[in-house]
Amino acid sequence: MNRILPIVFAALTVLLVVVGSAGGGVDASPSTPEGAVHSMFDRVRARDWNGALQHVSKSSNSTAADLSRELGGANASLKTYSSLEKVETSVLHHNDREALVRANFQYSSAVGALADLRDLKVVREGDAWKVEFPVQKPPKVPPQVIPVNYLRWDVITRGADDDWGAQNVDPPKIRITSMNAVERDGGITVLGELVNEDTVPGFVAVGALLIGQNGETLAEETAFDKMNHTVLPKEVTPFRIDFPGLKLAQVKSVRMQPNSMLVPASADPVIGVLHQRLEKDWRGKRVLKGELVNQSGQTVNIPHVIATFYDNTGKIVWVQDGFVSNALLPNTPEPFQVPVRDDLGDNIQYRVIVNHYSLNRAGM
Amino acid sequence: MMTNAKHPALVGIICLLFLSTAHAQWNVPERTQAGQDVTIRASLDVYVVGPGFAAKLKPENGSVTIKGDQLRNAGRYLVSNGQNSAVMWVEPSEPAKLNFLAQPSRVPAARPGVISGTAFVFDNNENLVLSSTPVKFDLRVEGAPTISRTVDSRDGVAWIRSDSSRREGNAEFTAAVGGIGVKRIVRQVAAEPCNLSMRARPEKKGILVETAPVRDCSGNAVPDGTIVTFTQLDSKGKTTVDARVKKGVAAALLPPADSATISVASGVVMGNEIRWGGRQ
Repeated sequence: MNRILPIVFAALTVLLVVVGSAGGGVDASPSTPEGAVHSMFDRVRARDWNGALQHVSKSSNSTAADLSRELGGANASLKTYSSLEKVETSVLHHNDREALVRANFQYSSAVGALADLRDLKVVREGDAWKVEFPVQKPPKVPPQVIPVNYLRWDVITRGADDDWGAQNVDPPKIRITSMNAVERDGGITVLGELVNEDTVPGFVAVGALLIGQNGETLAEETAFDKMNHTVLPKEVTPFRIDFPGLKLAQVKSVRMQPNSMLVPASADPVIGVLHQRLEKDWRGKRVLKGELVNQSGQTVNIPHVIATFYDNTGKIVWVQDGFVSNALLPNTPEPFQVPVRDDLGDNIQYRVIVNHYSLNRAGM
Repeated sequence: MMTNAKHPALVGIICLLFLSTAHAQWNVPERTQAGQDVTIRASLDVYVVGPGFAAKLKPENGSVTIKGDQLRNAGRYLVSNGQNSAVMWVEPSEPAKLNFLAQPSRVPAARPGVISGTAFVFDNNENLVLSSTPVKFDLRVEGAPTISRTVDSRDGVAWIRSDSSRREGNAEFTAAVGGIGVKRIVRQVAAEPCNLSMRARPEKKGILVETAPVRDCSGNAVPDGTIVTFTQLDSKGKTTVDARVKKGVAAALLPPADSATISVASGVVMGNEIRWGGRQ
């Protein structure tokens, strides 16, 4: 009896492991539709575009370069600096010859996770399943000259050897036009908007100081990526400052500290934000969608969308941002979407601005 | 000793005479001007201590000369030869230099009391001239009469406050004392846009919206690069374009729509609204 029990338990363990492996995980074998999708994305994760192409159906008319551009990014976009982190699949439809697999994949990047979702048709070709991955060819912009003669501001400041009292140039005048403090996600968030009232551009930073009931300083923070820091003349930018772990009941007052600095800047590019609308995504979550169009002649490598939400009285209630993983080519619409909080209510208005990073114009 | 003791009054008179003779020889001036030589009769070494300066001077031919270079800083000097001491005040000399602060460097047109000018009057040794000195301020804008005022300095400082003119452009702001003048430039810029208006017309790829020349309430054109936001509301959603003023006007191409409401704004100033198409 003493020998039988260990043997029985060992056999049971092996059996459970086998059963668990068979039923719980995803079959990574390309002999199934899901397996084909996973095999392709494994190669994508390794940036082996030729290897990934082996799992793509010939009917897709895709090349390794197409896959590289579509899944690995191009034009120094955010995707080129990201890596594929995980892929979750679910079969939506399946028969002997074809299947529809929903692939929800996520890239990790320096600015956070970038999610993408594709419903992929998988077809049987011989003994293997292959993924139909029709790559959208980027629209060709016809050769043309786009005259860009917008302003550029350069700054000459007072030199170190100038006399005391010699004139300098003043920083731009900025004004906070609205401010609201809300309690969300277990913390306090200070939201607002400011305008550059001057005729010169400025680099703007906004800080907030929370003062406690006894006049003590509770916390001090500045807006980082939830605002546009380079503000052109008469431009309005939202800002959002988060104070995690604090409650409004602890706060007596909020002291705002806007600072501006005169910086060289360029007035281009102009980016249009087209067809902004509220929709539900595949999970049923509300998102703000639209398209960005770069109306200049130069590629914008990393577009950054900042959305301001207002209630029906015009009070600012939330600021949300999101990065677009693809670069903005001239006159080529690029979709974007920003998540919308459920607790904002139905009657919300919104305004979208686009911050941009271009490799050949760092900091401008 | 006995004789002295018997005639104390005589001893006192002799001492008084000696002291008065010695003091008469100690001819330190009570006041002098910065940068000027001062000669003192002296048979002993003379010590001079003043603002940022201390020296021991040896007598030559019965006198000591404190050079003007050593008396550049205005203020209170103590002169001593070990037996006697005196206070000598060194005062600033004639105005020779102006430091002029003009604020701000940019200012919207037609605003009252927004330009300030502060002049500090110095002599050629960088001493603040504390005596009252007339300082003439001129604010000159091309095409407008010059605003001119003379203000007496108090404790070395003279200041004025002035309105900005209705015309944009560089204002020459000068402060002058005698033949010395300092010029600053105050750039007068257009204020907030006024009566912002636009028109729209159909184009092959969409709706072209263009503002009329964007001006402030004084008629000055707002500078190029100013942001003008066009917003279009149609059945597909909301479209916004932050256009830049270029050559006085801002324009943008909005997506095609059968019916839409188009509005324009710049900063916190709203413009007109256009109802495009049949509905809405």
